[in-house]
Amino acid sequence: MTSRNAVGELVSQPYKYGFVTEIETEKIAKGLNEDVIRLISSKKQEPEFLLNFRLRAFRKWLQMKEPNWAELGYPSIDYQDIVYYAAPKQNQKKSSLDEVDPKLLETFDKLGIPLGEQKRLANVAVDAVFDSVSIATTYKEKLAEDGVVFCSISEAVSEYPELIEKYLGTVVPPGDNFFAALNSAVFSDGSFVYIPKGVECPMELSSYFRINSGDTGQFERTLIIAEEYSSVSYLEGCTAPMFDTNTLHAAVVELVALDEASIKYSTVQNWYSGDEKGVGGIYNFVTKRGLCKGINSKISWSQVETGSAITWKYPSCILQGEGSVGEFYSVALTNHFQKADTGTKMVHVAPNTRSTIVSKGISAGKSSNSYRGLVQMGPKASGARNYSQCDSMLIGDLAAANTYPYIRSQQPAASIEHEASTCRISEDQLFYLQSRGIGFEEAVSMMVSGFCREVFNQLPMEFAAEADKLLSLKLEGSVG
Amino acid sequence: MISKDSEIILEIKNLQARVEDQSILQGVNLTIRSGEIHALMGRNGSGKSTLAKILAGHPSYTVTGGTVLYCGKDLLDLDPEERSRIGLFLGFQYPIEIPGVNNLEFLRVATNARRQGLNKEELDVFEFEEVVREKLKIVQMDSSFLDRSVNEGFSGGEKKRNEILQMALLEPTVSILDETDSGLDIDALRIVSSGVNQLSNPKTATLLITHYQRLLNEIKPDFVHVMSAGRIIKTGDKELALDLEKTGYDWIDKDAQPKGNDL
Repeated sequence: MTSRNAVGELVSQPYKYGFVTEIETEKIAKGLNEDVIRLISSKKQEPEFLLNFRLRAFRKWLQMKEPNWAELGYPSIDYQDIVYYAAPKQNQKKSSLDEVDPKLLETFDKLGIPLGEQKRLANVAVDAVFDSVSIATTYKEKLAEDGVVFCSISEAVSEYPELIEKYLGTVVPPGDNFFAALNSAVFSDGSFVYIPKGVECPMELSSYFRINSGDTGQFERTLIIAEEYSSVSYLEGCTAPMFDTNTLHAAVVELVALDEASIKYSTVQNWYSGDEKGVGGIYNFVTKRGLCKGINSKISWSQVETGSAITWKYPSCILQGEGSVGEFYSVALTNHFQKADTGTKMVHVAPNTRSTIVSKGISAGKSSNSYRGLVQMGPKASGARNYSQCDSMLIGDLAAANTYPYIRSQQPAASIEHEASTCRISEDQLFYLQSRGIGFEEAVSMMVSGFCREVFNQLPMEFAAEADKLLSLKLEGSVG
Repeated sequence: MISKDSEIILEIKNLQARVEDQSILQGVNLTIRSGEIHALMGRNGSGKSTLAKILAGHPSYTVTGGTVLYCGKDLLDLDPEERSRIGLFLGFQYPIEIPGVNNLEFLRVATNARRQGLNKEELDVFEFEEVVREKLKIVQMDSSFLDRSVNEGFSGGEKKRNEILQMALLEPTVSILDETDSGLDIDALRIVSSGVNQLSNPKTATLLITHYQRLLNEIKPDFVHVMSAGRIIKTGDKELALDLEKTGYDWIDKDAQPKGNDL
C-alpha cells in the first residue's frame, strides 16, 4: 500500500466471477468428427440446410491450419480433447422464467445480471447463455410489440429459418479463417437480433455469456440484422470460472446493416485470465465482422477487453454501402502473463465511406498487448476517409506494447490518417498525485481512466461506469 | 511577530538520505515554527530539492538516518498522501503533466482528501465549483484552466500558478515551495508571490527554496539558510540573502567549514 513500491508491482484483485455452479450437465463425449456435428445438429433439431452448413465448414476446417502469425506462443490445442456441447439438464428452453432451474437464475444473480421479473435491469433486455445454451431472454414480449426479435440463435433457427438461411455466414464465410470455420461447424448457441424497417429499438439489448464447464469449448454465434432506417444498441458481457486448464472460446459475430441503419455493438470482456503465474485462463479467439451493406449505414464497435489468457480479436467493418460509416473504439488491458492481439479491419469498398479507429492498450505485469489493424481503400472508394489513433500505456517495465497498423490504398482520392503514441505511468506522475492526498491505487486508476475516457464515452451509459470500475479492480492491490 | 513560544511545526534532526548509492543529505537540521517563513538557498546540487522531496515522501530517496517530526508526529513513517492530508504541501519545481486527468476533477479529489484529514465533509461537484472559483482569483487564473488535463500544455508560469491554486485549496499547515520562482517573468512572479503572501497566516509556515534574492523581495523571510553538500551550513536573516546575491557562495563554504551544521 505504500508509495515505496515500484510502479510495476501491481496485481489484480482476485477474480470475483471465478465460482463454478454445481449443476447437472448434459455433455457429449470429447472429440470432433462428422458424427459429433450431426449429433449437435440433431440435438438442436436443426433443419437440413444448417447441418449442411456445418458439415461444409467442418470439411474446410480440416484442410486449414491454425494461424500463428500473431506469434501468441501458446501450446498447441488438442481439438479432440474438447467437449463440443454441454448444456444444463433442462432440455427445452422454458417458456417462462419460473421454469428455469433456480440454480441458473442464482448464478446470473451472482454475476450481477438478475433475470427475475422484479429485479431485472430496467430498459435492458438480456439473453443469458450458459455453456452451450441460452437459458432465458428477458423483455421478449415487450420487444415484440415493435416487431423486434431478440432470442437465442437456436430459437431463431426454428422460428425464423428463412432469415438464418439468408444471412448466416454471409459476413463471415465458413472458410474465412481457422477459428471461424471451427465455429461454423460446431456453434452451439448465441443471440439473434432482428430490427425491422424503420424501427429504433426501444431498449438496450444485451447478451451475457457464461462458461461453466472446464473442458468445454464455447462456440457462440451471434447474428444481428438491422433493416433499412432501423437502429439498435447491443452489449455483450462474459465471465468464466477459474480453472487451471485453458478453455477455448471461439465465437463468430456477424452484423448486417441495410440502408440508413445503424448498429452499435459493445463488449465488456472479462473471461478468466489465468492466475498471476499465467496458469489457466480462456483462449479467446473471436471473429467479429459487420457489413455496412446499405447506403449511409453505420456500424460501431466498442470493446473493453480485460479478461482471457489470450485474446485474438479484430472486430471489423466492410463498408460496402455508399457513405457508410465504420467505427472501432477499444480499450484492452492486460496484466500478469495475459496476451492480447486485437484491432480492427476497415475495408472501404464504396465511395465516401468513413471510418474511425481509437485504440487504447494498457499493459501491466509481464503481459503483452498489441494493436493490429488494417485500413484498406478499394479502387472505388473515392472520397473515403479514415482516421486512426492507437495509444499504448505501459505500467511497470516488464510489459510490452506493439502497434501493427497495415494500410493499403488503391484509391488516390482517399485519405488515411494515423496517429500513435506510447506512454508510461511514471513514478513522478504518481508521486505528484499522491503528494496531493490521492492514494497510490486511486492515482493509478485516475490515470488509467483518463487514458481511456475517449472510449468509455462511447459505451452505453449504463455500462461506462461499470467498465471504469472493472479496470480499477483489475489493477487494484499493489504489492506490499 | 515570532516568539520562541510559537508551536514547532517541523523539526528536522540530523537527516541523512541517499538516492541509489549516492549520499545526498548528510545531516540536515532545521526547525520551523508556526508563523515563520524560511528561505533555503544554495548551489545547484546542494540537496535543497532533495530535502523538499524527502519531506513530501518521494519513493526514489532512502532515508538513512535522522528524524523529522511534524507537529510532534513521525513524518517519515507516513505515505505521501497521508502527509498531504495532515497539512504538508510541496509546490513542485517542475509540475508534471498528467494527460487525460481532468484538472478540476483532480483538484476536487485532492481537496476532499485534505478535508478528510481535517474531519470536514466532502464537497460535492457543485460546492467545489464555487470554492474553486473563489480561489482562482488568488492566482488570477481563468476558469478555462479547470477544463484541461492536469498541467498538460500549460506554460511554465501557468504550471506554477496551478501549484499555488492547489496550495490555496489544500490550506496546508506547512508549504514547501521548491523554486516556485524559476521560469517566471516579473508579472507571474508577483502573482505567485502575492498568492503565497495571502495564504500565509500565524498558524502556518513556509519553506521557500530559491536561487534568487528577487523572490525574497516579494515574500519576506524570517530566516535564510544556506545549504552546501547536503547540510545547512549557515543561517541568518534576510541580509544574508542580499550578501549572497553580491558575493556568491564561495566565501560561505570556506567560512562555514569548521562549524558544519547549525541548529
